[in-house]
Amino acid sequence: MSEHTTSQEAGPVVKTTPEEGGTEHSPHHPSDWEYVKVAIVLAAITLAEVLVYYVEALGDWLILILAVLSIAKFAIVVLWFMHLRFDSRLFRRLFVTGLILACIVYGIVLTSFGVWTR
Amino acid sequence: MAITTSPPPQSPAELPPPPGSARPAPLRLLRRPTEPRGLWNWLTTVDHKKIGIMYSAAAFVFFIIGGLEALMLRVQLGSPENTFLSADAYNQVFTMHGTTMIFLVVMPLSAGFANFLLPIMVGARDVAFPRLNAFGFWVFLSGGLFMYTSFFLGGAPNGGWFGYAPLSRLMPGHNMDYWVFGLQILGIASLTGAINLIVTVINLRAPGMSLFRMPIFVWMSLVAQFLLLFALPVITVALFLLMFDRQFGANFFNAQAGADPLLWQHLFWLFGHPEVYILILPAMGVVSEILPVFSRKPLFGYQVMVISGIAIGFIGWGVWAHHMFATGVGPVATAAFSASTMFIAVPTGVKIFNWLATMWKGKIKATAPFLFAVGFVTMFTIGGLSGVTHAVVPSDTQQTDTYYIVAHFHYVLFGGSIFGLFGGAFYWWPKMFGKLLDDRLGKWQFWVMLLGFNLTFGPFHILGLQGMPRRIYTYPENRGWDVWNAVATWGSFLIAVGVLIFMVNVWKSRKSPAAGDDPWDARTLEWSIPSPPPEYNFKDIPLVVARDDWWHRKYEEDEDGRPVLRTRSIEEERAAETAALEAAAGGRTMAEIKEDTAETAAEAEAEAEADEAAEHQADHDEMATAAEDTHAHEDHGHDEEQGHDEEHIHLPSPSYWPLMASLSLPIICYGLIYKFLPVCILGGVWLLGSIYAWALEPATEPEEPDEPGPELSASTDLAPLSQGSE
Amino acid sequence: MSATAPPAPTDAQGSHHEMPAGHPPTSTGLSNEKVAMWAFLGSECLLFGALISTYLLYKGQSLEGTISPVDVYDIPYTSVSSFVLLMSSLTMVLALANIQRGDHRRTRIWLLTTAILGASFVGGQVYEFTVFIREGLTLSTNLFGSSFYALTGFHGAHVTLGVLMLLSLFSLSLKGKLPTERAETVELVGLYWHFVDIVWIVIFTLVYLIQ
Repeated sequence: MSEHTTSQEAGPVVKTTPEEGGTEHSPHHPSDWEYVKVAIVLAAITLAEVLVYYVEALGDWLILILAVLSIAKFAIVVLWFMHLRFDSRLFRRLFVTGLILACIVYGIVLTSFGVWTR
Repeated sequence: MAITTSPPPQSPAELPPPPGSARPAPLRLLRRPTEPRGLWNWLTTVDHKKIGIMYSAAAFVFFIIGGLEALMLRVQLGSPENTFLSADAYNQVFTMHGTTMIFLVVMPLSAGFANFLLPIMVGARDVAFPRLNAFGFWVFLSGGLFMYTSFFLGGAPNGGWFGYAPLSRLMPGHNMDYWVFGLQILGIASLTGAINLIVTVINLRAPGMSLFRMPIFVWMSLVAQFLLLFALPVITVALFLLMFDRQFGANFFNAQAGADPLLWQHLFWLFGHPEVYILILPAMGVVSEILPVFSRKPLFGYQVMVISGIAIGFIGWGVWAHHMFATGVGPVATAAFSASTMFIAVPTGVKIFNWLATMWKGKIKATAPFLFAVGFVTMFTIGGLSGVTHAVVPSDTQQTDTYYIVAHFHYVLFGGSIFGLFGGAFYWWPKMFGKLLDDRLGKWQFWVMLLGFNLTFGPFHILGLQGMPRRIYTYPENRGWDVWNAVATWGSFLIAVGVLIFMVNVWKSRKSPAAGDDPWDARTLEWSIPSPPPEYNFKDIPLVVARDDWWHRKYEEDEDGRPVLRTRSIEEERAAETAALEAAAGGRTMAEIKEDTAETAAEAEAEAEADEAAEHQADHDEMATAAEDTHAHEDHGHDEEQGHDEEHIHLPSPSYWPLMASLSLPIICYGLIYKFLPVCILGGVWLLGSIYAWALEPATEPEEPDEPGPELSASTDLAPLSQGSE
Repeated sequence: MSATAPPAPTDAQGSHHEMPAGHPPTSTGLSNEKVAMWAFLGSECLLFGALISTYLLYKGQSLEGTISPVDVYDIPYTSVSSFVLLMSSLTMVLALANIQRGDHRRTRIWLLTTAILGASFVGGQVYEFTVFIREGLTLSTNLFGSSFYALTGFHGAHVTLGVLMLLSLFSLSLKGKLPTERAETVELVGLYWHFVDIVWIVIFTLVYLIQ
């Protein structure tokens, strides 16, 4: 999860004021059409994942490509659909702490089991 | 499915049903209580103070039970080849002793203190989700009782408090099923409690209560709640996997199917190690509150203490495999975890030195709470030192699974947590109950317990190094272990005497004179309100201007830095100064803001909480200024009523549903254990129904007919219009 | 218990409209429920991480001759149901957008659509499981069976709870009990829903596509 996507890029910075229950005046909500565009991107990536799966010639590269594609989907849903891109940094921290912690500790466990070198 | 506010028959309060409550009340029996009395009051309360007291009382009862279990173990081990407990009985008693002390004593005792104190210490009227709070308590109680019914239903858990697989998946009978399900229930209680307290501390602080002005106990509890938040899911999964193996023949720990027993150990200790910091951090927080008060000096190095606590929380995630040094994880893993384990001794040691520095050159008042706090510092240090020896892999390979380890964790958990929590009990008793515990009896208790404790667990170091293994129900005569085992047994009974002294003290103190609001001349906000506190805590939400805010309201410093009683209140002083500096932009308040911003801008990167302080300091001070103005307005009779008459403070309403929902959990579990599907379904329906009823009732019921529309309570409770989502 | 409440102090910005109606201001200006939900989701990462790790640990480790993924997986089928779940995130976000602008009819349409898509996903999974069971893969067959059903089963249970919540919101809205002021409730259910979706994104790749 990249923390470099800051809310500055998205538009007016929202620090601590919430937007939940906000009105149409709030500038931080993507429009319906923008959401549909995001969904189209997600669908395209999914299609790419499935197609790539069938390309036998890729061998081990498959894993890397699929990883990149699914991380992209993951990030897109979190940042746009879950609105984390536009919301307070506190929410991002709460979620990312759990996410990073999980990746690290489970990564260590799996490493100690030698899963990567099987 | 909402509930009207007509009072139940036994309540004398007669409130007419409010208008707009045209919501049907199909279940007349389950009318929401308005002002319940007696037992009903406690069963439906959502008041954090009552809930805290219930947590602590229940934990104390479990402490007695766990202590009796310990005495039984010590009787059995007091002499070689004893026959007091059979092997099977011993397995049950030692498993339940450990499980009880960890999950049913130290954790709920810490929860009890946190529940009672955290809202008051941050200047709030209650926690963020009062009904969820009640739910957490009732779930804990249900889970504990559920686990104990096993004694009467075929036998208690007998696979150790750590339930190592594959043994735990194979053990016959339902003993370990009670362990698995019981812990799952308890986990739900702790998780909801963690979310509640985290939101409370983040969101319900009084104006001016920035993160770095909060009492240390709040900080340490907060770190512990974050540890709970992230560690509980891991053991939840481990327990589910074990449950699937036992109930449905899954293969997670089935060696014959190719499973790896280390999976259990990794998952368990990934939880288990943060768990020990969950057990110790609140007690450390207690000590950090007590020592300054009875040294009449502020805590030495507050910011460093906070950061060390956060560091311990962080690093605590990186040491779990030190419980697995002898399992064959390999040299790379053992070396790495050995290093991280040594590393965590650093912030821990820092705390110890800071406590010493707090007492250094202080005006010591050696009351009972002070003695217990010093007991913590000394005994925990000893336990910590043996811990450091475990960090060294070669020596741990000898020590592991011997009584040396048992010595270590009892020194840190009993000498540490329990002593600290007893100190907290003595310190906060007057606040909770309005009466002081007898200090002389308290001192007797301390010395008896200290002696008994050291006589019990000191010899364990020796026994361990002499090779006595853990988890054995007896030992042969010719090993040379007899003498120290006998000493330990005598010591354990001395501990029991100490506990009895405490119980006598509690009984006696019922007749003590009123303690007053601030018997210790203390430093933090809870001492600024009556003892015991009114239900709403603060008549007026305080405006916090400094760390140890209450102390600063009482005292200012003379030229030599010594505390001197204030003649004017801080508000009066500031008003005078502001008036004098009317010409300057913003006056003194602005200077304070600048001071605070500079102070907090220098702190190191740490966990989310630490970052929040720097990030929101400006906002908090803005709020402080704004709230100050509003506060001034309110004080000068913005309402028709003068100021804040206590009757005009709106509090969340009591509710049945947390209790009702909690009862469903053991029912579901009984159904699963005995493979009786109808019971599971009944429990499931009960649970869902209770949750729906809970979600659909407002957190705070509308009150009188002349008050339509949403009330805004000074607690952060939701007004009736919004869905009560606690 | 109490009578007239004192007027709520204004927040730092001196205005009330950032917070949902009836909410007194909080220290961060953020709603308690939203902070709680994000904390909970952070915790859920550890939950699913453990299940996923267990699956990865036991991947390819089942005893020789026992059923393996390649024997049972139907990638086209699962791709379709993954797509369905993914689109349900879109409909969820549209439901939220509509309640925020006060269009309750559309809110209900999108809520119901999301619930139906979610239910289809679960239905698809249940069907998939019955096929697998018929082919001989159960929870107790081998390591693959245990870890597969545990992981996807937990996920499916989460989706099911989500569908229940969505239908509850739909029903509340029908009864007029989900006004615009309560849009946050939809947002919170939405956050949960999207989380369940992103977990599936990970599962689909790690469990199905990488064998």
